[in-house]
Amino acid sequence: MNPKVAIKNVRKSFGSKVVLDHVSLDVGEHDVVCLIGASGSGKSTLLRCINLLEPIDDGEILLDGPDGPRDISEPGLNPDPIRRRIGMVFQSYNLFPHMSVLHNITLGPTKVLKQPKSEATERALDLLSRFGLDDKSHAYPDQLSGGQQQRVAIVRALAMQPELMLLDEVTAALDPVLVGEVLNVIRDMRGQGMTMILATHEMGFAKEISDLVCFLKDGVILESAPPAKLFSAPDRPETAEFLQRVIASGRL
Amino acid sequence: MTKHDTRRQLWLRRQRRRAVLIATVSTVAVATITWYLVTNAAGWPKVKQIFFDGDRFRQDFPEVLSFLWEDVKLFLQCAPFILIWGMVLALFRNTRNPALFPLRAFAAAYTDFFRGVPVILTIYLVGFGIPKLTKEWGDFHILGFGGAWNSPYLWGPVALVLAYSAYVSEVFRSGIEGVHESQRAGSRSLGLTHGQTMRFVVLPQASRRVIPPLMNDMLSLQKDVALVSLLGPIEVFRRATSIKDRTANFTPLVAAAVIFLIITIPETRLVDWYSARQRRRTGGTVIS
Repeated sequence: MNPKVAIKNVRKSFGSKVVLDHVSLDVGEHDVVCLIGASGSGKSTLLRCINLLEPIDDGEILLDGPDGPRDISEPGLNPDPIRRRIGMVFQSYNLFPHMSVLHNITLGPTKVLKQPKSEATERALDLLSRFGLDDKSHAYPDQLSGGQQQRVAIVRALAMQPELMLLDEVTAALDPVLVGEVLNVIRDMRGQGMTMILATHEMGFAKEISDLVCFLKDGVILESAPPAKLFSAPDRPETAEFLQRVIASGRL
Repeated sequence: MTKHDTRRQLWLRRQRRRAVLIATVSTVAVATITWYLVTNAAGWPKVKQIFFDGDRFRQDFPEVLSFLWEDVKLFLQCAPFILIWGMVLALFRNTRNPALFPLRAFAAAYTDFFRGVPVILTIYLVGFGIPKLTKEWGDFHILGFGGAWNSPYLWGPVALVLAYSAYVSEVFRSGIEGVHESQRAGSRSLGLTHGQTMRFVVLPQASRRVIPPLMNDMLSLQKDVALVSLLGPIEVFRRATSIKDRTANFTPLVAAAVIFLIITIPETRLVDWYSARQRRRTGGTVIS
């Protein structure tokens, strides 16, 4: 069976600075892959490249679909139909402040998927209640806590019924109490079989939820292994050193 | 509310009362001193007679006021076209497609030109120049409007639209650019196209934040419609000037100033009220 996403030899640089260097990664359907590494190691850039928000300089990004795997990074391809198959959640939520929670969630389904408004609303309310946000549908984003905003952002992405979810340090802006509620949402998505790639600093969570953990340093995937292996017996000294620093800071 | 105020609440209340008291005292003091200095100046009796003649004011005010509708009408005729054309220019400048470079270049040149030329010159050049070309065209009838092709009631407003749309397009452009890139990323990641992103995400946020600066331009416009009178139409300023010429007294011009204030001050208050309401509705805690 084809992997859901196959990243092959992707290179990306900003000016003379190489941010992704021959990155290759296969993500199977229903798998959860966590990208870990220091800030600036290329985790976010990799996610943005997969969602075509950044063009890559070289390599291929294959997304499996009904017609088999296709290189979605092919220059000249219209990115819009591809993006609607991929959900993305950002560190700073990127909710639309001028729209109510409900409107934030139904915008994509009504304008892109052309769902009737009643249907989109019904589905949005279902998702909101699944994540404990029933009473927030008419609130505006700035009236919510960070954890609530991030859950709304996840619901907004889920409402598009994506085949793949990309989560870019979605808990980085939250305090420890709110982190928990967002992580629960991600656990729930995993339970539903969603294929996910997460960039995260939550090592304990990465250990618990992932099928595969990739350690990035300076734009290179130095090591990728199942969490049991990577967190207890990493092959590379750099990985061990990074984990050591994480443990020293009390984050694992 | 507790029945008894705490020490801190009492202190805050005393602070607030003190602030009001200080503000009142200082305002009264400044006003008194100014009044004293002005009315005791050597030229005051003369100034009072020429600019602040009570009888003339009572007589001229209603006369000048009766032309107010002309200014409001000019304003109402210009404003929609300025907003639409200004928005179109701003969108031209915001295109990212290389094939549309000519539009981008045109919009840039246009705004440079009309922002750089004094409004009064634009009015003179358009208002006296173009009618020479269109003299032979006869009459026009568009959307219920009608008149001669060389009428100053046509080319005066056109000149204002040309000049003001340049200012307004810059306001729109800065509003569009002020919407953070992450909003576009959020929208595009949902699969919305560039156009849909503009329409549903960027422009609604941009238009909200441009309302105060836009209102400044609209207030200027409300005053600058008086410049159209240079081409002939009679309105508040022009009527006041002609009374001044006849009576050798400037009081009607003071009356004209008062009339402009009567319409512009409520406009500013309306905008303040609107932006405060927007903040309350979509915002969290308002930071004072």
